[in-house]
Amino acid sequence: MHNRSIAEIAAALDRREVSSEELTRHFLGRIARLDGQLNSFVTVTGEQALSQAREADRRRAAGAAGPLTGIPMAHKDIFCTLGVRTSCGSRMLDPFVAPYDATVVERVAAAGMVTLGKTNMDEFAMGSSSETSFYGPVRNPWDPGRVPGGSSGGSAAAVAARLVPVATGTDTGGSIRQPAALTGLTGLKPTYGRVSRYGMVAFASSLDQGGPFARSAEDAAWLLSAMAGFDPRDSTSLDRPVDDYVGALEAPLDGLRVGLPKEYFGEGLDPRVSAVVEAAVRELEGLGARVREVSLPNSSLAVPVYYVVAPAECSSNLSRYDGVRYGHRCAEPKGLEDLYKRSRSEGFGAEVKRRIMIGTYALSAGYYDAYYLKAQQVRRLIADDFRRAFAEVDVLVGPTSPSTAFRLGEKTSDPVQMYLSDIYTIAVNLAGLPAIALPAGFVDGLPVGLQVIGDYFSEARLLNVGHRYQQLTDWHQRVPPGFE
Amino acid sequence: MPLSGKDVENIAHLARLALAEEDIPRYVRELSSILNLVEQLQRVDTEGVPPMAHPLDAHQRLRPDAVTETDQRELFQSTAPLTEAGLYLVPRVIE
Amino acid sequence: MDWETVIGLEIHAQLATRSKIFSGASTAFGAEPNTQACAVDLGLPGVLPVLNEGAVRMAVKFGLAVGAEVARRSVFARKNYFYPDLPKGYQISQYELPVVAGGHLDIELEDGSTKRVGITRAHLEEDAGKSLHEDFHGLTGIDLNRAGTPLLEIVSEPDLRSPREAVAYMKRLHALVRYLEICDGNMQEGSFRCDANVSVRPRGQSTYGTRAEIKNLNSFRFVERAIQYEVERQITLLESGGTVQQETRLYDPDRGETRPMRSKEEANDYRYFPDPDLLPLVLEESFVEEVKATLPELPDARKARFTRDYGLSPYDAGVLTATREMADFYESTLRAAGGEPKIAANWVMGELSGALNKGSLEVTASPVGPEALGGLLRRIADGTISGKIAKEVFEAMWAGEGDAEAIIERRGLRQVTDTGAIERLVDQVMAANPEQVAGYRAGKDKLLGFFVGQVMKVSGGKANPGQLNEILKRKLAPR
Repeated sequence: MHNRSIAEIAAALDRREVSSEELTRHFLGRIARLDGQLNSFVTVTGEQALSQAREADRRRAAGAAGPLTGIPMAHKDIFCTLGVRTSCGSRMLDPFVAPYDATVVERVAAAGMVTLGKTNMDEFAMGSSSETSFYGPVRNPWDPGRVPGGSSGGSAAAVAARLVPVATGTDTGGSIRQPAALTGLTGLKPTYGRVSRYGMVAFASSLDQGGPFARSAEDAAWLLSAMAGFDPRDSTSLDRPVDDYVGALEAPLDGLRVGLPKEYFGEGLDPRVSAVVEAAVRELEGLGARVREVSLPNSSLAVPVYYVVAPAECSSNLSRYDGVRYGHRCAEPKGLEDLYKRSRSEGFGAEVKRRIMIGTYALSAGYYDAYYLKAQQVRRLIADDFRRAFAEVDVLVGPTSPSTAFRLGEKTSDPVQMYLSDIYTIAVNLAGLPAIALPAGFVDGLPVGLQVIGDYFSEARLLNVGHRYQQLTDWHQRVPPGFE
Repeated sequence: MPLSGKDVENIAHLARLALAEEDIPRYVRELSSILNLVEQLQRVDTEGVPPMAHPLDAHQRLRPDAVTETDQRELFQSTAPLTEAGLYLVPRVIE
Repeated sequence: MDWETVIGLEIHAQLATRSKIFSGASTAFGAEPNTQACAVDLGLPGVLPVLNEGAVRMAVKFGLAVGAEVARRSVFARKNYFYPDLPKGYQISQYELPVVAGGHLDIELEDGSTKRVGITRAHLEEDAGKSLHEDFHGLTGIDLNRAGTPLLEIVSEPDLRSPREAVAYMKRLHALVRYLEICDGNMQEGSFRCDANVSVRPRGQSTYGTRAEIKNLNSFRFVERAIQYEVERQITLLESGGTVQQETRLYDPDRGETRPMRSKEEANDYRYFPDPDLLPLVLEESFVEEVKATLPELPDARKARFTRDYGLSPYDAGVLTATREMADFYESTLRAAGGEPKIAANWVMGELSGALNKGSLEVTASPVGPEALGGLLRRIADGTISGKIAKEVFEAMWAGEGDAEAIIERRGLRQVTDTGAIERLVDQVMAANPEQVAGYRAGKDKLLGFFVGQVMKVSGGKANPGQLNEILKRKLAPR
C-alpha cells in the first residue's frame, strides 16, 4: 500500500479494499518501526490522525468524499497546527502549541486528508542539510550517513522512506527542491503567492513559498491542488484561479522549448550529476522537446544576493521571539534586556544566530545601501535574466543540486560551503518563479535531481513535463533499501 | 570587509543576542566569510536599477474595515510563559 | 542674547476605524486587557498583515484637506526595535514613501494675523500596546489591545516659533481631524498625542540648534508647558556655556519639567526596510476622487461662508467654526430659529457657551439642543417674549424644565401685546404720577424712560416694548 500512488490509494479506498483508518494505521506503523533511523518526524499525531481517518471513512460512506479524502500526509513543522506543537525545529518554539491552523493546514484538512504529524527541518528553515534542528539531524533513507538536504529534510526523508505518501514543505532558497533531489523525490516550489503563507512561520517573507513533496509529479499535482489558492489573509497571495494541475498532466510535450542555462553546467557541478542531467534532457528531446542553450548571466550573483536579502528579512521576522508571549523564556531574567538576550540566545541555534546577525548588519545604519539596497538591485538583474530567457523558451532545465547527498557533518563547519549547495535553486526564489525537482538517476546509489524552472504560474506545465518524463522513466519508483 | 570583535558585539546587541566571550572570534570569522561572499555584489553596476523588494509586481490589496476577530485571550495565553490578570508579564520597564 | 525658539510637532492621531490597521480586531477603547489582541496583533508565528481600507481612506482625506499631495504609490516599512509593547519587534510604518506629503495648515496668531504652517508628511503606521507599571511583584504587565490601532503621524515643518503657536497649530489640527471624522480627538484616551521637537538659536542665525524631542504630550496645556520649560532649559544651558544633547525627553506634569528618557538613551538604529509582507500601496485616481467627494466643508471654507452668507464678523465666524460640532450646532439652531443669524450667533456664543463652560460640557452634550434653542429664538422673533425674559426661559430650559413654549406658558411670561391692556397699564401709571406727566408735557422728553420703566415694572416685564413706546408717546402728548 505504501508504494502506491495517491490515485491508486484513492481507488482502493473507493473500492473499499482498504479504509482510511487501516491506511493510517499502516503508515503510523511504518513511522513507529522505521523513523528511528531517520528522525524525520518531530511530532506524530496518531490519535488525531486516526480520528481524521475515521471521519474520512464516514464521508466516503456518505458519498461525500473528494479525491484526497482519507489520504495520509504530513506537514513540515513550519506550518502552524491548532493544538499541536509547531516547533520550526527550534528550541525557541519547542514549547509553542499553535493556537491556530495555517491556511495550508486548513485547506489540506478541508480536502479530507489525514495528517500523520509534523516533520523535522533545519531550524527556522535555515539550512541545506536538516542538521540544525533542535531535535537532531534527519538522515537520508538512501544512506543514513548522509543528509537528506534541507531545510525540509524531514518531509523529504519521510516521503522517500514511504512513511507517508506526500508531505508539505517550504522553499526559501531551495528547501523543497534540493531535499527532493537528494532523496529521489518530486518537489515543487510554486510561483511566489500561489500558496498562502498565512500560518507558515516566516523565514524570509519575500522568498518563502510552500509546496508539495511527492514520489511522482502526479501525486505532487494532487497535493498542490489542495494547497494552492487565494487567501485574503496573505497580502502577497494572488487572486487568480488555480489551474487544473491533474488535468494537465497528460498534455504532449511536442514542441516544448527547453532552455539549458549554460551557467548551470559550469564549474562546481559534479560531472556525474551533469551526465545524469544531460541524459534526462535527451529523454525530454525524445518526448518532442526542442532544446537550446540560453544564458542567465547574473546566475553567480544569486547566492550573494540571497545571503543579504534572506538574513535581512529573517533578522526582522525573528525579532518577535522575545520570551514574552510564547516560546522559550530564560529562567529568572534579571531585567528586560536580560530576558531578551538570554531567551533568544538559548532559544536559537548557531546558524539562526549567524543569519540574524548578518541581516542585522546588512540593514544597519551606514550599510543599508551597500548591502540591502544593492542586493535588491542585483535581484532585479537576476529576475530580468529569467524574463529574457522565458521570451525564448518555455522551461529551463538543469541540475537541482551540484552534488548528491553529502555526509552528515561534512559542511557544518563552513557556512559558506553549505550555502553553495543551493547555487542552482536560489535564483528561482529571488525571481519568485516556480520550479520542480524530478528524480533523474543515481550516482553511486544516491539520487540525482533534475530541475525544471518555468515562467510565472506555469506549475501545471512543470507538473506536465514531470509526469511525461516519469511515464518514460522509473527513477521515481526506486525505493531506498530497507524501506521497501 | 572583515568585522572586528567590537562590530560583532554591537550587532549582537542590536539583535538582542548574548554571545559568550569565547564565541566571538568564531562569529567574527564566520560572519566575515559570509560578508566576503556577498562582497562581489559591490562590483556589479546597478546604476538606475530599481530595487526589487517583492518577486511580483503586484499592489497591496485592501481589507474592508470590519471587525472579524473575537476574544481568544485564553487560548492565546495558554501558550504564554508568564501572565497574570490577562497581562503578559515582563521584568520592570523603566521609561 | 536674544533667542529664537524653533518647534516642529509630530502628532499621532488614532484613526477612527472599527478594526485595526492590519487585522480584524476591534479598536474599541477600554476593553479588558488583551481581549482585543488577535493573532496578528500578538505577532504570533506565521501571521500576516492585511491593510485596512478605512485607514487608507482617512489618510487620503487628511491629505486632501491640508492641500497635500496624496502619493499614488507609498510603501510600508518595518522600524525594528525591541520593546515589550511592540509584539513583532518591529513597527509597521511608512518611511521613505509616505501616503501624504507636503501640505499646510493656516493658524491664527494672537495679533489676528494668519500663519501658514508646513506639513512635511503624514504617514500610516500601527500603534504599540501599553505597558502597565502597577506592581505585579516587581514586573510590568503588557496589554496589547492598542497594538495595531491605526495611527496617522502628522509631521510639521519646524515652522512654529513659540509654545503658543505650537498649541494653536495643534488645536487647529485637532479641530480638522474631527471635522474630517477621521479621529475622535479624545486626548485623555490617547487618540491625539504629540511629540514636540524643540530647539533654540540666536535670533538671526539661519541654521537650527540641536533639538530635543519631548515624547507623548497628551494635552494642549502640557504641550505649552513642556515646550516652555524645555526652551528655558535649553537657553539656560546654552547661556551657561553648555550644549544641548540631541535626545528624547519625557514631560513630567507633576513637576512641570522634562527629563531624559532612560530607555531610549542608546542611539537607535531602526534598520528600516520595506515590509516584505505588504505590497506597495497604489492609489488609483478614481479612489482619490471618490474620497474627495466625501470631504466635508472644511473649517476655513465654513468660516468664509459664515461671514459671507450670515453677515457674521470674522471673529464670530471663527469662534463658531472652531469645531465642527459647534458649527453644526449653530447652523441647526439657525435653521430652527429661522431668524437673524447674528442673534443666533450671540446666543450660541453667549448664553449657550457660558452655560457649557460653567458645566464643563461639550456642545454635543448640551442639555439645550439646537432645536430647543431655535424654538426659544423664534419666540423672541415673534414677540412672544423679550430678549431679557428669554434669558430666564433659557435658564429654565437648561435646568430641564421643558421647552421654551411650555416654560413661557407655565410661568406666564408671554409678552403683553394687547393694546387695550397696555393702555390700561399706562393710564394707571400716569394717574399715579401726575407731576411727571406735567413735566413731560412741559418739554422734559427724558421722562419717557421713567414711564417705560414704571409700566414694565407693573407688567412684570411683559409689556411689548414697541407697543408701549408708541402708546406712551400718544397718551403723554400735550393736549
